Amino acid sequence: MLVHTAFGRAEQIARHWAASGCPIVIHADKSVPRKSYSAFKAALSDLPDVRFAKRHRCEWGTWGLVAATQEASQIMLDTFPDVRHVYLSSGSCLPLRPVQELIDYLEERPHTDFIESATTADVPWTMGGLDQERFTLRFPFSWRKHRYLFDRYVALQRMVRFKRKIPNGIVPHMGSQWWCLTRQTLSAILEDAERVNYDRYFKKVWIPDESYFQTLARLYSRQIESRSLTLSKFDYQGKPHIFYDDHLQLLRRSDCFVARKIWPFANKLYDAFLTDMSGAMKRTEPNPGKIDRIFAKAVDRRTRGRPGLIMQSRFPVEGRENGLTCAQYSVFEGFSDLFENFESWLSKATSARVHGHLFAPERAEFSEGQVVMNGALSDSAELRDYNPQAFLASLIWNTRGERQCFQFGPRDVQDIEWEIAKDHNAQISVITGAWAVPLFKSNRNFSDIRQEAAQLQQIESEHLKTLRSTWTKARVRIWSMAEFIEAPMEPLQAIIDEIGQQNLRGLAEVPRMSDLTGFGQFLQNLKNQGMHPYLMGDFPVSHGPGDTGHTQPKPYLVR
Amino acid sequence: MPGGGIKLDITKNKTDSEQGQQGTGADMDRLSQLTKVYRMRWKRRRLLYRSFRKRRQLTPVMNRTAQIGPDDILAVSTMRNEMVRLPHFLDHHRALGVDHFLIVENGSDDGTSVFLAKQPDVSLWTTPASYKLSRFGVDWLTWLQRQYAHDHWCLTVDADEILIYPHHDTRPLRALTDWLERHNRRSFGAMMLDMYPKGPLKEREYEPGGDPFEILNWFDGGNYMIQKKADLENLWIQGGPRARKFFADRPRRAPTMSKTPLVKWHRGYAYVSSSHSLLPRVLNHVYDDQGGEKTSGILLHTKFLHTIVDKSAEEKHRREHFANSDLYDSYYDGLTDNPDLWCEGSSRLISWRQLEAMGLMSKGNWV
Repeated sequence: MLVHTAFGRAEQIARHWAASGCPIVIHADKSVPRKSYSAFKAALSDLPDVRFAKRHRCEWGTWGLVAATQEASQIMLDTFPDVRHVYLSSGSCLPLRPVQELIDYLEERPHTDFIESATTADVPWTMGGLDQERFTLRFPFSWRKHRYLFDRYVALQRMVRFKRKIPNGIVPHMGSQWWCLTRQTLSAILEDAERVNYDRYFKKVWIPDESYFQTLARLYSRQIESRSLTLSKFDYQGKPHIFYDDHLQLLRRSDCFVARKIWPFANKLYDAFLTDMSGAMKRTEPNPGKIDRIFAKAVDRRTRGRPGLIMQSRFPVEGRENGLTCAQYSVFEGFSDLFENFESWLSKATSARVHGHLFAPERAEFSEGQVVMNGALSDSAELRDYNPQAFLASLIWNTRGERQCFQFGPRDVQDIEWEIAKDHNAQISVITGAWAVPLFKSNRNFSDIRQEAAQLQQIESEHLKTLRSTWTKARVRIWSMAEFIEAPMEPLQAIIDEIGQQNLRGLAEVPRMSDLTGFGQFLQNLKNQGMHPYLMGDFPVSHGPGDTGHTQPKPYLVR
Repeated sequence: MPGGGIKLDITKNKTDSEQGQQGTGADMDRLSQLTKVYRMRWKRRRLLYRSFRKRRQLTPVMNRTAQIGPDDILAVSTMRNEMVRLPHFLDHHRALGVDHFLIVENGSDDGTSVFLAKQPDVSLWTTPASYKLSRFGVDWLTWLQRQYAHDHWCLTVDADEILIYPHHDTRPLRALTDWLERHNRRSFGAMMLDMYPKGPLKEREYEPGGDPFEILNWFDGGNYMIQKKADLENLWIQGGPRARKFFADRPRRAPTMSKTPLVKWHRGYAYVSSSHSLLPRVLNHVYDDQGGEKTSGILLHTKFLHTIVDKSAEEKHRREHFANSDLYDSYYDGLTDNPDLWCEGSSRLISWRQLEAMGLMSKGNWV
């Protein structure tokens, strides 16, 4: 049992093992002050089968841990000849099942060594990019204390292509530090004639405590079961997860015999598993998969986070967002200009929430005229424009589970366009030039119309450049107005299909298109005034007013 | 998007590495980085000196700091007329595991001082000097922290702030600080969450000692706006009911919601503005900028108890709470009108798990 802190708990655990007749050899870290060490020793003096090993300095990832283990194992094998299995544990390990159960379990498997042991090539456990190299480079500097020297020395060795020889062609294996070995295997490792060589080699390996026994056991073991009997979960930095009181139910469902690491003040856990023998055995069906899932999810949350969430402790730099928003949404440009009832039609045709122009200059036009949305998101244009990116991300985040659609156009505040274009969750459909329809319908002086048309056309053509840029990740579809009204049903059907929540009956109803009689002439008038509208595509200009030529909306009436 | 080369340390995990260094003009960057570091260092010294000069403004009323043990978790706070909130404030934080409170009482006349002096785990100082001129109490607290909080985990909160964090109902504060320390973190972020009642603020009266969140059980769940400050590298979060209700026409002025209240203190540290940001800057990195989530908490803000209505009228005249007090007159007027902050989009407080699921705080990898 390796101990370096929380001696009260270590004593408790030692007594627990001893109560079931297990002899214990304890190693305490050399950095423990002599006073607390002797107090600890004295506290356990009433137990007959407890021995203390010579103290080594055990810094993480260094040889000291292995030396301590070797020495303690030697004492164990020498002083207690009846011992057949040796279980390496620590002061912050907690037996989850009655010790007798473990004894019986090992009794049934007298020749099995339980040690997690895998070659570096086969497992992705290694942290920090040193996998095979931890066995072929030298690591004289402490990673914790002299990180700079550690890194520089690794870099230097890489540069000169230094490579250590692995003695006797042993194959390095790695695995959990916490094993349970048989006397035969353990003594074979300790009494090996080549041990001096191995020790010398492993002294300069990085994190030898996770590879020394794991490698050498492969040489001698009759039967290796490559798993640890100790439940130990590691986070993304290779630090063990800590168990607290609220993990009680979870630990009851583990199929392991021992768990680490336990927070020393987790009284409930210690009480439940140490004092109350039958209580610990109130066994629910073991479900180790659940433990795995919970901790895998934790690592994922820490390293990748919830996509589309921007919050106080997740604020990714550009490019690391893993999605600017959390769910897919649709942006429609020009549709509500061309169709009179587009928004109500769309919300009927799909179950999505359809907003008006969210980025309109006056206010955010939420669906159904609401002034606040989920999450108390306000429709104030000032608040929205203060941080449009936060506005959009919040909207999509707050309405998770419900697809959002909104209108956009050259009359809106354009600040958001890049964010949308770069967002792979956006589905953008554009009918270019449709902004001219409201102008065409308006009752304003022609010079004003001309001026506004010029402005809108400029804004939209800039916007189209954005959408066509190489940075764009959104799903973008662009039609010119002329192209669209040739056959509007096909693109509409495609868009609805992509939203994927349509009524099964298909598009029962079609949106009502504005009456475009005379639109060609209107465009011609603009041209005559020196303003050339080109984004609409080619509208026949020669037709006079009231003409019923082929631009007359037709195809959308049928079906 | 130019450059973008993130310098990879051989052994360091990417998520933990410092800011990605931009490849282009690296020398210039480094130079400006160095000047920035240098400027910040002097700024920090200036703040420490400032608090040193203000030390004489503090008169000890009850100094129990001799009780402070080497591992104790401390809380520091400046208070004025907080009798209504104090009992719950102390109970809550004691239950979390705060061992000792260091409190500066500033011109109270409602018995705050007498009450605090009687508490066995409170050390109390008093001062009649200006709150505003002491940088809203920060100068005083910096001095106390320098004296007593060195090498302790130290919680800097106001009387109307109630700290919660993931698992706070089953794991004491020490579990959190132990864990932070294991992960080499010296600071912990907790955003303020304005809690409000449904209906006009004055409608329901709060009994001192009771649970304020029986009345204040609504909050704004998703209207927060975050920017990163270039100089101090902290996040500047605005939003919530005050931004929505009182600052919709001038969002820049909306109150700051981000805070870093829990810090493993060192005598060289200094808060810059309230507990929103600190120096040295590394303490402001309570967020992950590589896409992951760091563990964070929430300060439930009990500002909007019924007393706020009358207090706002008073504060408007005291002009002690904002640097440009004139700009906040309409805000105080709004509060004096006994408004209803509730709206259709408000969320009802259920549990910390709810706040975590909504993304207002995060468990990170502390599960």
